[in-house]
Amino acid sequence: MSSKYEDVIIGLEVHIQLTNLKTKLFCSCNNDYRGKEPNTHVCPICLGLPGSLPVVNKNAVEFATRLALALGCDINKSFWFFRKNYFYPDMAKNFQISQYNKAGGRAFADGGKITIKLNSKKKELQLNRIHLEEDPARLVHKGSIATSPYALVDYNRSGVTLIEIVSDPVMNSPEEAREYLKQLKSIVQYTEISDLDLDGSCRVDANISIKGHARSEVKNINSFKEVERALKWEIQRQKNLLKRGKELIQETRHWDDKRRVTIGLRTKEFEKDYRYFPEQDLVPIEITKDFIDQVKKKLPEMPNARAKRFQKDYQLSEFDSEILVLDKDIADFYENGVKSEKSFGPDEYKQYCNWLMGDISRWLNDNNNVIKETKLTPKQLVDLIKLINEGKITGKIAKTFVNEMMKGTPILEIVKKSGKSRIADKDKIIKVVKEVLEENPDIVNDYQKNPKALEALIGKCMKKTDGRLDPEITKRLMQKHITEISAKNSSED
Amino acid sequence: MSDKEEFSKETIDYLSKLALLDLTEEEKVKLSKQLRDIISYFKKLNDLDTSNVKPTTHAIEGLKNVFREDIPWKSLSNEDALKNAEHKKDGYFKAPRILKE
Repeated sequence: MSSKYEDVIIGLEVHIQLTNLKTKLFCSCNNDYRGKEPNTHVCPICLGLPGSLPVVNKNAVEFATRLALALGCDINKSFWFFRKNYFYPDMAKNFQISQYNKAGGRAFADGGKITIKLNSKKKELQLNRIHLEEDPARLVHKGSIATSPYALVDYNRSGVTLIEIVSDPVMNSPEEAREYLKQLKSIVQYTEISDLDLDGSCRVDANISIKGHARSEVKNINSFKEVERALKWEIQRQKNLLKRGKELIQETRHWDDKRRVTIGLRTKEFEKDYRYFPEQDLVPIEITKDFIDQVKKKLPEMPNARAKRFQKDYQLSEFDSEILVLDKDIADFYENGVKSEKSFGPDEYKQYCNWLMGDISRWLNDNNNVIKETKLTPKQLVDLIKLINEGKITGKIAKTFVNEMMKGTPILEIVKKSGKSRIADKDKIIKVVKEVLEENPDIVNDYQKNPKALEALIGKCMKKTDGRLDPEITKRLMQKHITEISAKNSSED
Repeated sequence: MSDKEEFSKETIDYLSKLALLDLTEEEKVKLSKQLRDIISYFKKLNDLDTSNVKPTTHAIEGLKNVFREDIPWKSLSNEDALKNAEHKKDGYFKAPRILKE
């Protein structure tokens, strides 16, 4: 770890929407509010109308249990909800129903950990707790929040289930925070409680301090990607102030993702201002061992365990396995593919992994897509690897198929359409080699001094044939012919 | 802390701010006396030994785990949702600006 950050302390509060629920936390309004007309997924409960009564969504409790188990937290046997009181238009009731781990209250679960790996060093990051709460409404401003003459309120999001995951202040760099979030995202995906690729499905507040100085809390970091950037900026801000001999104050700051700076909010919020007290409209919840056991039984294999199994079952390296299992959809794709072909062994397992993590992942990244949204099937990749290994196409050509493969076109059809089957016929290759040697006397001369010129000549051959020549045979034949020419040239001298 | 201090002017100012109430000076004086009386009445409870009594968190004891199934219902129409709102715009509720100058 670079010494640049050794005195930095970071703790994260991550809010995750349970997007895979069908209804909100305390009412049966449809959870799927994205892209819907404003204030159409609302009812007296999530609008906070007088006399309405909340009722807890049973599946929200199960989802929270899943996550608690996956993170290794201790689930509290009994807890109740609290009212967190504040005035803000995003909460129609003037309070948020949340959990509180003081005043006799308990979180949903305590402890737990997330293991990260950075520069091939493992580190266990201790969690403090996780708890359930409701999402506030969405505010729409005319222009910026500072100048908007009013706020428009859409209560469709109000009451959607959030799980807050609070870490201890145990991270020492923005990179550690990034890896923490990467692992957390993976675990959430495996538990199938939320799709964190959905816009706005996670929000992060970060507590940041330099050892021995006051901390600031940066709010409003609205995507995992922004966290590393916001942290780097805030750390720099604090260090610059200290360098100039100024002292830091404890404050809440707002991450402005357009200007990419943090702004002091000049508001002093104290916990007692929230006047937490038990929510009397909801009765306590008791979680039995039976219930936990049932949820545990349904829980799929988690990424850590899966990576260990991949090393054993497919003889992949620790490095490959850990990257491969990170995205559950990719890992499922991998297993479906390699298991479907009986002739595959360790070499093909590794090949299949390389394709998925290399060209396919690159395509997904470049096109801002995820594998389940494409038409690529595990079988296509099996066919592709078989064709390469049978010598029918070259690996280089195969790479040019990726775009077409993602549309679901069968490999054989792509090969036929492209006319790019591999050329392994000796006579055909010799013809190309001779042409290239004749056309490039300069490079041939150069070869006398610089044997690396051979690569340039092979490149010319490939260019002539759209890369269809078998690279091994071409190299052998080129070497043979160029040696012959060189011998002839020197005897003539 | 004495009863008097508990409802000092600062405390009343603080409480009225949290409750978003604009109080006149007379109201503040009146309320601080009333609140002091209420608190001292409740302080009678301190005479009892409650060291072996579990705190009551809910008025109805024994009731627990009231859940509903995760099945969507029909929500209100936008028109109904906004029906009683005094300020609205384009299907939204309209609220005062967030940041004051």
